[in-house]
Amino acid sequence: MVTIADLGILRSIALDEEGCIVAQVTPTYSGCPATNLIQQMVLEALHEAGFENVRVESVLSPAWTTDWISSEGREKLRQFGIAPPTETSNSKRALFGETLVTCPHCGSGETERVSEFGSTPCKALYRCLACREPFDYFKCH
Amino acid sequence: MSGTCEPMMTSNQTLFSYVLRLADDHLILSQRLGEWCGEAPTLEEDLALANIALDLIGQARALYAYAGQVEGKGRDEDQLAFMRYERDYQNLLITEQPNGDFAHTIVRQFFISAYMDPFWRRMEGSKDDMLAAIAAKASKEVTYHLRHTSEWVIRLGDGTRESHERMVEALDDLMMFTGELFEMDAVAQEMLQSGVGVDASDLKAEWQHTVQTILQEATLELPKAGHMQTGGRMGRHSEHLGHILSELQYMQRSFPGLTW
Ligand SMILES: [Zn+2]
Repeated sequence: MVTIADLGILRSIALDEEGCIVAQVTPTYSGCPATNLIQQMVLEALHEAGFENVRVESVLSPAWTTDWISSEGREKLRQFGIAPPTETSNSKRALFGETLVTCPHCGSGETERVSEFGSTPCKALYRCLACREPFDYFKCH
Repeated sequence: MSGTCEPMMTSNQTLFSYVLRLADDHLILSQRLGEWCGEAPTLEEDLALANIALDLIGQARALYAYAGQVEGKGRDEDQLAFMRYERDYQNLLITEQPNGDFAHTIVRQFFISAYMDPFWRRMEGSKDDMLAAIAAKASKEVTYHLRHTSEWVIRLGDGTRESHERMVEALDDLMMFTGELFEMDAVAQEMLQSGVGVDASDLKAEWQHTVQTILQEATLELPKAGHMQTGGRMGRHSEHLGHILSELQYMQRSFPGLTW
């Protein structure tokens, strides 16, 4: 399973001065519909683990980047059928910059982008020209 | 000394107004794009427009929440988004223009994205930490919006005679709303001087360069700048905003405070 720690969404867990457990999470995209759900589930997980005094904080800065997805997280994404981001995000890509995306099913580099926007804001839709399977690509961000 | 307190109050109100208008821009445009949901020319494009709308609503939420905090009267993002009257909205007129045909929607989004891209990049250097943080996220997102709409502009402009003509018409119809993007009123001036805001007038050259580069590839031309519509920042809107709000605010007006 890909965890929110693997994805770099869970930024930190710490105790504040009053002994409250504070979990910091950051949204991937401003409009990610899962943001509230993730916060809710972190709270529930902490409660279930027996912690009463807990709080979840949303932090915007520094802005989330795909560079924070761990190498383990990348491998898990691939196994799940989602192509992980291929490059580092620091470069402001040229307006029509194309990236080489490898098919998570057969490993072929012969793929084409169907749409910049996929099933969620963080993904793009691709198609493999070798095995013909469509797949999601986790956009470099 | 009461005299030292007053400027603080004023600049807080100015900051509130500055953040609120930015939030309004994103909310109204997002609502417009949402109207395409289920109606776009292809399934992929339906997803794309919905995703762009989602980015915009996310940016609007962060901005409204911050505006409410700055105002300090206990209004949250929902109250600011849903419980104000038409004249209180300060969005740019271009954001409320009807979707029209697909060409109009694409040109509107292209014009705005080509503007918001440098706008957010500069806002990343704002002295206001929250605005800088919101900008850091938004500037990454708008890059995709600009790229996506640019591709469509080229495809439609350099497409069939029909698609080309529709693009020419859309450019002609929307050009008059682009002047407002670069206006600097008293609020914007004050925010610029305090290192918080962006000099919108200074973005014009970059906007023109981006737009013209893409239009050239699309075998299209930017229409001559004639009379420019203005008034959004003062709450003077086209007849379209009232209709948008009646739909947008329906649930909260019928059932105030409703949550689910
Ligand atoms: Zn394949």
